[in-house]
Amino acid sequence: MGIFDYKIVEEAAKQLYIRALCDLPPDVREAIKRAAARETQPTAKEVFKAMLAAIDIADEKKTLICQDTGLPLYMLKIGSGFHWDGAEIKDRIYEGAKRATVEFPFRSSATDYLTRVNSQTSVGRGLPVLYVDFLKDADYLEMLMIPKGSGSENMSTLKMFVPADGINALKKFVLDSVIAAGANPCPPGIIGVGMGGTADLVMRLAKEAIARPVGQRNPDPAVAKMEQELEDAINATGSGPMGLGGDVSTLAVHIETAHTHITLNPVAVNTQCWPARRARARVYPDGRVEYGY
Amino acid sequence: MARYHLQTPFSEEAIRQLRVGDIVHFDGTLFGIRDLTQIYMFDQHHEPPVSLKGMPCIHTAPSLKKVDGKWVPICVGTTTSYRMDRFTPPLIENYGVRAIIGKGGLYEKSLEAMKKFGAVYLAIVGGAASLETQQIVEVEQVYWEHLHPEALYQFRVKDFGPLTVAMDSHGNNLYSEVKAKAMARLPEIYQKLGVA
Repeated sequence: MGIFDYKIVEEAAKQLYIRALCDLPPDVREAIKRAAARETQPTAKEVFKAMLAAIDIADEKKTLICQDTGLPLYMLKIGSGFHWDGAEIKDRIYEGAKRATVEFPFRSSATDYLTRVNSQTSVGRGLPVLYVDFLKDADYLEMLMIPKGSGSENMSTLKMFVPADGINALKKFVLDSVIAAGANPCPPGIIGVGMGGTADLVMRLAKEAIARPVGQRNPDPAVAKMEQELEDAINATGSGPMGLGGDVSTLAVHIETAHTHITLNPVAVNTQCWPARRARARVYPDGRVEYGY
Repeated sequence: MARYHLQTPFSEEAIRQLRVGDIVHFDGTLFGIRDLTQIYMFDQHHEPPVSLKGMPCIHTAPSLKKVDGKWVPICVGTTTSYRMDRFTPPLIENYGVRAIIGKGGLYEKSLEAMKKFGAVYLAIVGGAASLETQQIVEVEQVYWEHLHPEALYQFRVKDFGPLTVAMDSHGNNLYSEVKAKAMARLPEIYQKLGVA
C-alpha cells in the first residue's frame, strides 16, 4: 500500500467548490449560446444576453456567476486499484468545502434546519451530501462537485405512482412539475428525472441526471427518445428563460432509471438552474490531481 | 417592448408608464432586503432607519466583505421572490416603495397593491449575479448590520438591468399571461406526448 497524503483530497474538494461556482462547464456555455441563437422573443433574447454577459464577467473577474453558493454535493467514484481510506476521504471533503467558503470567501448557505442559524462554513450535520460509487479497473478517486442552489432545489417533486398508471403517468408528471415550477428554478435549466427504484433512489437518480453534461443522452434508446419527447413538450409551453415567455424553456431533459418493485412506479424531478455548475477532479494515488468538468 | 432608463427616486408617473414586457435600466439608489429583513420590519415591528419612498427594493442576501471599515461587494445576486410575498403590500403602502426587483414573481395581493399605489415588479435575470455585482458602484450603507446577510442594504447602482417589467401598475402580470398561454397549449402538448 502506498502512502497517500489525504491533504490532497482536501485541497481538491476546496478547489472543486470554487471552480464550480466560478467556471461554467463548456457544454453549459454552448447550450446557452445555442439557446440564445434560436430564441425569437425580444424579451427572452434580452434575458439570454444578460446570461452570456454574466458568464463572461465571471471569467474576467474570476468571481462567482451566481450568489447562491448552494449546498455542496460531492459525487465520488472510488477506484478499486488502490486502497482508498473512505473515512479519511469523507473528513477531508468536509474540511475542503469549509475552507473554500472561509478562504475565498463566499456566502455559506448552510443553516440549522430548526434554529435557522447559518454555520458560516457551507457544511454541518449531514453536509456535504456525498454520493459514493466504485470503479473497477481504475486506481483513481473521481470527485464530481455540484453546488446545488435552492431556487431549483425548492421545486423538486416526487410521486409514487402505481404500475396501473403506466409510463405515461410519469411523463405527464414531469411536464406538470416543470410547468408548476414556472419561473422559480431559473429556467432554462436541466430537468433531471429519475424513474424506478425506491423513494430515495428515484430522487437520487434525478440528481445524478442533472450531473450529466447538457444534452448527453441516456445510452438506452427508449429512454433517450423519452428525453427528446419531454424536451420538446417543455419547450412547447412557451414559458421561456426566467419564465418570462420564449422559445427555450429547458436546455435538456436527462433521465436516469433503475429497476423497481413489482408494485412500485416512482418518478422524481430535480431541476438544475441555467448556470448548471459542476466541476470534476481525478485524484491519483501518486498525488496528481487532474481538474475538469 | 419599450425601453426605459430611469433615475431614482421613481415618481408615480414614471412607474405608471411601464407596461409588462418593457425593459428597464436605472441609476441611483437601490435597497437590498430579504426574508429576515422583512420579518424584522413587519413581524417584530422595527421602523427602517431610512426613507424608502419612491425607491426600488431588491430581494437579495449579498456576499460582502469589510475592507478598512467599508463594505465592498463580493457577489450580489437576486433570490426567488414568492417567499416574501406577504411583506410586499405593506412595503408599498406604508413605505412608498415603487419597485420590487426579484425573480419568479409575486401573487395577487401584491399585484393589487401595485395597481392601487403605483408600483411595479421588475424581473431580473436570476443566476446572473456577476453582472449585477458589476453594476453596483458602492455599498453606501448597511442598516441593521446584525442581520447580515439579511440586513437592510443601501446600494448605489449604475445602468442596473436589464429588468423586465413582469407585474405593472395596471393589473397586468406577465407570469400569469405566460402560464395561461402554456395552459391553453397543454391539451395539444399532452396529445403529442401521448399522455392525453
